[in-house]
Amino acid sequence: MLEFDKLLLSIYTALSAWFVSNGIPVIWLDLAVMAFAAAAVLGVLLLAALFLVWWERKISAHIQDRLGPMRTGPHGLLQTLIDALKLIQKEDIVPASADKKIYFWAPVLAFVAAYMAYIVIPFGKGLIARDLNVGILYIIAITTFTVISLLMAGWGSNNKYALLGGMRSAAQVISYEVPLTISVLGAVMLAGTMSMNGIVEAQGPYFWKWYWLPQILGFGIYFIAATAEVNRTPFDLPEAEQELVAGFNVEYSGMKFAMFFLAEFVNMFTVSAIATTLFLGGWQPPIPGLVFIPSWVWFLGKTLFLVFILMWFRWTYPRLRVDQLMGFAWKFLLPLSFVNLFLTGLGVYLFK
Amino acid sequence: MDQLIEKKMEDLREDEFLINMGPQHPSTHGVLRLMLKMDGEFVRDLTPYVGYLHRSIEKIAENRTYNQFTPFTDRIDYCASMPSNQAWAVAVEKLAGIEVPERAEYLRVIMTELNRIASHLIYLGVMSLDLGAVTPFLYTFREREKVLDLFEMTCGQRLTYNYIRIGGVSRDIPSQFGKYCFEFTKDFRKKLDDYEAILTENPIFLGRTKGVGVLPLDIAKNYGASGPTIRGSNYAWDIRKAEPYSVYGKLNFEIPTGKNGDTWDRYIVRMEEMRQSCNLIDEALGGIPQSDVIKTKLPVVLKPPKGEVFSRIEAPRGEMGYYIVSNGDKKPYRVKIRTASYGNLQVLAPISVGWKIADLVAIFGSLDVILPEVDR
Repeated sequence: MLEFDKLLLSIYTALSAWFVSNGIPVIWLDLAVMAFAAAAVLGVLLLAALFLVWWERKISAHIQDRLGPMRTGPHGLLQTLIDALKLIQKEDIVPASADKKIYFWAPVLAFVAAYMAYIVIPFGKGLIARDLNVGILYIIAITTFTVISLLMAGWGSNNKYALLGGMRSAAQVISYEVPLTISVLGAVMLAGTMSMNGIVEAQGPYFWKWYWLPQILGFGIYFIAATAEVNRTPFDLPEAEQELVAGFNVEYSGMKFAMFFLAEFVNMFTVSAIATTLFLGGWQPPIPGLVFIPSWVWFLGKTLFLVFILMWFRWTYPRLRVDQLMGFAWKFLLPLSFVNLFLTGLGVYLFK
Repeated sequence: MDQLIEKKMEDLREDEFLINMGPQHPSTHGVLRLMLKMDGEFVRDLTPYVGYLHRSIEKIAENRTYNQFTPFTDRIDYCASMPSNQAWAVAVEKLAGIEVPERAEYLRVIMTELNRIASHLIYLGVMSLDLGAVTPFLYTFREREKVLDLFEMTCGQRLTYNYIRIGGVSRDIPSQFGKYCFEFTKDFRKKLDDYEAILTENPIFLGRTKGVGVLPLDIAKNYGASGPTIRGSNYAWDIRKAEPYSVYGKLNFEIPTGKNGDTWDRYIVRMEEMRQSCNLIDEALGGIPQSDVIKTKLPVVLKPPKGEVFSRIEAPRGEMGYYIVSNGDKKPYRVKIRTASYGNLQVLAPISVGWKIADLVAIFGSLDVILPEVDR
């Protein structure tokens, strides 16, 4: 059917046979495959970001009793593409008092960190750029770079609002990283592996065996912490428009702003993809009978559903205050995630 | 050791820094400039600078006849033009001793109460926007559109009405008005319950507003706060009850008050006021006398007798009063406008010092200050 894994594998075997028969070292093929995978991931990610921006505008519009973009393409589908083109054309303004190097590298780092997480995300059966055996650990390590980029943007802009936004985001992202990581551990303990593909395969094609049920607490904690990780309402303090104008990216314009903007949406897709992988069975169908639908459709469907919930949050809730935010992370989510970890350990010890 | 720690803390002590919030800022509701002295996230001191919207309306009044000045009153509080019109009309009528036909008084009540709803809807939307909830903003503007439709039906305008004139109102309501208006109030009560469902019991909303920015009654009185701002501090002061003007004396309504004077109380007072306004509109529409006279015949050039007068009404944001000095000429000698927002803005500094910048935005939103009214 539309599964890519066998196709890719057969192409790879054919190519390696051709390489061997012509006496070229296979390492070149591996490098080419890596480059292809990187390009493919970048393509998917840019497409996903462009789509998500449009989707968010549509969802917000429909929640708010409006139509949203309608003019460019069918139902405004090309709106984000046009917006991106506009942003590319814009003059790149650097504030005179900014720290030029830090100011320049912040959006780059934001985007690169968002991009690198995709290397270990299994988009479908066999559709994974690199199945690291420490996949989930790698993702947590890589996504932490985001906070450095936000801090750099806040500091490098030499603007008080940006600085406040950067400081807020540093405090917030680091605080929520802790319950997030601990809630992820529950799924890792159940699967017995940190490889993203391994976790998906351990769950199997039965929706009642996916980890959302035994890890319902962990799933909830993960999702709340992830909302905070990607700075979405009700945790969007770093860019609180009504307080800090635009927060850390207040001085950015043109393509640099677009990179922050894209990174935000890419990150939103990332956390949803991780939640799908860890708790919703990744690319597995809910019952074995539905296996004829390609695995990547299942993955995208589940991920986009979670993204939709994130967007739904954003257009429904007011924003928390900075002390309430920190209190919520340290006094509520963290103890709860420890309880979850303990219960999971107990369950694994008793039933396996 | 203790000394060492103390010395370290000395090194770590951070300086306060100044932030210039406004005149261009998303949540200053116009062009207010706040000079904030911040200690991290905390507001240590703040000074509002006003005057960016000054249009010398009071001076303009000295160069216009009494009737010519009525359109200018629309521009004092553009979210609530009807009460601004009415305050001027009531003041001049008191000065010149003009009687207003009863049907016109009822129409005035209906229009100002509708405008109160429209104005409170803007408050509700902007307040939730200040707290980061964008969606209620668009909902409230959807409802406000319906009020504006009613106004457009009556006087042809949607923002600056120039409807309430000296001696009456500019024109009668169309025959369909009553039907649409009853429909609106019926529908709107349900919509109000919806908004309360989104906001009132929302734990995030409660966390952001309960106990935040408590306005003690003595501060409110000393700074001249009025309207829902002072009613939130458990003080039932409403000109409609205290000094009944128009036909408010004949109508039944209650004055909702808050308990603690925090941001949430000011919010709930306004929500309740919208319900009371609905009741008032229904009652006034039901009891409106049938007559063709909606405006007293006035001389072409109105020359009130020599003297001075102060009269005030309850505008959506609080007391709005006009002090007029007449020297018997066709133009007023001096007009002083007392607007509610000016008094309400002054309490911002005493009640928001010590809170975080996010709370400052919430408190400022809850005071419902409108800047053209502050600067005039």
